[in-house]
Amino acid sequence: MSCTCDKMPGNDNLIEAYPEKRAELEAYINSLPLSDSPDRNRGFLIQSLHKAQGVFGYLPGCVQLYVADKLKLHLSEVYGVISFYSFFTEKPMGRYKINVCTGTACFVKGANKIVDEFKRFLNIQEGETTSDGKFSLGALRCVGACSLAPVVMVNERVYGNVTAKLVPEILNDCAE
Amino acid sequence: MFIASKDALNSYAAKIKGAASAETTILVSMGTCGIAAGTTPVLKAIRSEIAERNLQNAIDVIEVGCMGLCHCEPSIEIINNNTGKRIIYGDVAESQVAAIIAAGSDTPAQGTRTVERTWYYPEFETKPASALQAKIVLRNTGRINPEKIDEYIAEDGYQALAKALTGMKPDEVVNEIVASGLRGRGGGGFPTGKKWQFAAVQKNDEKFMICNADEGDPGAFMDRAVLEGDPHSVLEAMAIGGYAIGAHVGVIYIRAEYPLAVKRLQIAIEQAREYGLLGKNIFNSGFDFNIEIKYGAGAFVCGEETALIHSIEGMRGEPTFKPPFPAIQGLWKKPTVVNNVETYANVCAIIRKGADWFKSIGTAGSPGTKVFALAGKVSKVGLVEVPMGIKLRDIIFSLGDGIKDGKAFKAVQTGGPSGGCITSKSLDTPIDYETLKGLGSMMGSGGMIVMDEDDCMVNVARFFLEFTLDESCGKCTPCRIGNRRLFEMLNEICDGRATMETLDKLKNLSRTIKDTALCGLGQTSPNPVLSTMVNFEDEYLAHIQEGKCPAGVCANLIHYEINDKCVGCTLCARNCPVSCISGDRKQKHYIDQTKCVKCGVCYQACKFHAIDKN
Repeated sequence: MSCTCDKMPGNDNLIEAYPEKRAELEAYINSLPLSDSPDRNRGFLIQSLHKAQGVFGYLPGCVQLYVADKLKLHLSEVYGVISFYSFFTEKPMGRYKINVCTGTACFVKGANKIVDEFKRFLNIQEGETTSDGKFSLGALRCVGACSLAPVVMVNERVYGNVTAKLVPEILNDCAE
Repeated sequence: MFIASKDALNSYAAKIKGAASAETTILVSMGTCGIAAGTTPVLKAIRSEIAERNLQNAIDVIEVGCMGLCHCEPSIEIINNNTGKRIIYGDVAESQVAAIIAAGSDTPAQGTRTVERTWYYPEFETKPASALQAKIVLRNTGRINPEKIDEYIAEDGYQALAKALTGMKPDEVVNEIVASGLRGRGGGGFPTGKKWQFAAVQKNDEKFMICNADEGDPGAFMDRAVLEGDPHSVLEAMAIGGYAIGAHVGVIYIRAEYPLAVKRLQIAIEQAREYGLLGKNIFNSGFDFNIEIKYGAGAFVCGEETALIHSIEGMRGEPTFKPPFPAIQGLWKKPTVVNNVETYANVCAIIRKGADWFKSIGTAGSPGTKVFALAGKVSKVGLVEVPMGIKLRDIIFSLGDGIKDGKAFKAVQTGGPSGGCITSKSLDTPIDYETLKGLGSMMGSGGMIVMDEDDCMVNVARFFLEFTLDESCGKCTPCRIGNRRLFEMLNEICDGRATMETLDKLKNLSRTIKDTALCGLGQTSPNPVLSTMVNFEDEYLAHIQEGKCPAGVCANLIHYEINDKCVGCTLCARNCPVSCISGDRKQKHYIDQTKCVKCGVCYQACKFHAIDKN
């Protein structure tokens, strides 16, 4: 079955466009101790998708199909998993992923106001990416740094004790 | 180093313990929150100061996991190995490092913040009167370098595994855990020994030991602390469990949000394999055991054991009806035991010290300790481990040092989205699994969020409902649709659109969902609603009958107005994010109510009490 996702609007065929990335993913899946049992091989699906998203940044149809073929699963099974787990995304994310923690401790300390302030500054809603592809805004549930609440994560960096006033400063830190 | 037998372990441990240690040890807290608070530059400063003064032989620096002092990270502890004297410093800045090292371990350095030690280790110290905490689960966390197996072995690491494999039959191990009365620390409180018993009697060529490290409760981070601070204690306990039930494969299911814990687990597994403490023929006993790591992908429901198993199998993490219980038919339809991280962290101590020792701590029905993550509006946020049966007042007002900024205590929320709120009248109840349930809450995984007078309890209930709504897998109707209706009703109340009839419906639907949902997530999701309705009925009534939010949180029910105290300083207008405040300099200002987003910035900015909040 050949990939037809490049015919869908806004869905680049990453597998063909980036042969070196494809090779990296292929090497990873080939290194897994796959067995003859297709059922047991399904156990490697989630980690393969983690790898794929790490390599390509997101999981459009062609990447899903590629993983499905390699693990001998149906595309529908792969899609079912991707749509279930919030960690996986089918849309490209911004270069700076801003995630406001909305765990209980951060909620009690006013995380909602921080989210509103980011929305206002970036003019996007939660789960969206700015049109220049620089920022995407999301919420996450408890990074376990409750002592620093409210907490904002930008990519891997953690900002603690964030106030609405700090929002422009955090955005300024994200220099290209 | 390869440890082939129990004797080899003993002589290796003796060798490590006997090795000359430096005069002074400095422990540096390098857990996730320590690092986020800036421990890394402090560590760097300590290392370079030591190098500059040529003290490499006199001072050992150990990077440890979380010490539990979240309220004053970066924190470090200086120990004099000759006298046993120790000083804990909190809020350490790079600029203080030179003074701290110069002061040594006898007297604290000037201009620094020191922290009192509130814990003791039932393993090797007698309890001082001031210490409320007893550390079993966190016995090594914050004391040893989690990335070095030798430090774990020096603290009697892998002794319990050696004792079990070489001196006990599998059913003796199971019976020891049954006798200890250890209960599942993930929330449910099911007796761990019973779970092991069910799986042990199954006849099957393949069984599994699973560690549930999908710590999803917002506000709970004890499992992360154990995995980051003492990963070997979990690996060792899984191997003991594997021996007890006849499993040769262990699986740790960990959430992807904990990269540091994953890294430290990987290092620990690798080191244990290299030492022969995992793998084939451990301690020459003929027992094989291996551990692999599987990753979650951001689904709270995967903390439920059947959902977790489906997720490991590469499927959507939807729960299924029990029975069959995983102990009979679990991963790949084979007998499987699922225990949580904190539960495992108790196992080695029980095997080593015996069930009677464990039962001497805590209450009759809930022996042992519980780790709580104390957060919210409490002065000293942190990770505490206390014996079961302690009073909430001791945790919040002694260990937590009361409420921040001198505000009044309102409630403490335990059990995360499945739990409930406990009010001041129950602060003196000794807490264990049963008493918390009696108070309309639950033990849960141990998150403890303290709320003060500024928190609106209706809004808190709505927050938890929004969480469950997001995380419901959608498989059963009561949870998928019922919780959405609950959420909508709570929205109506917060917006001031509700009637008394809404309140009745809210109560009835909550009970229906509790009775009919498929898994633990749905069955407990109405708890925050029910418990706030019982304990804070007046707040619900104020929203509905008077159209007021007593705590001043619900935006639609409050409005800000400028009174005659206004001197026209323009501070409010300059701070307003939507520019809805107008007025000339030195003239009284006005808020355009149609544009106001009720963010409260003006209220906080005003220095003349000129803004009224109604």
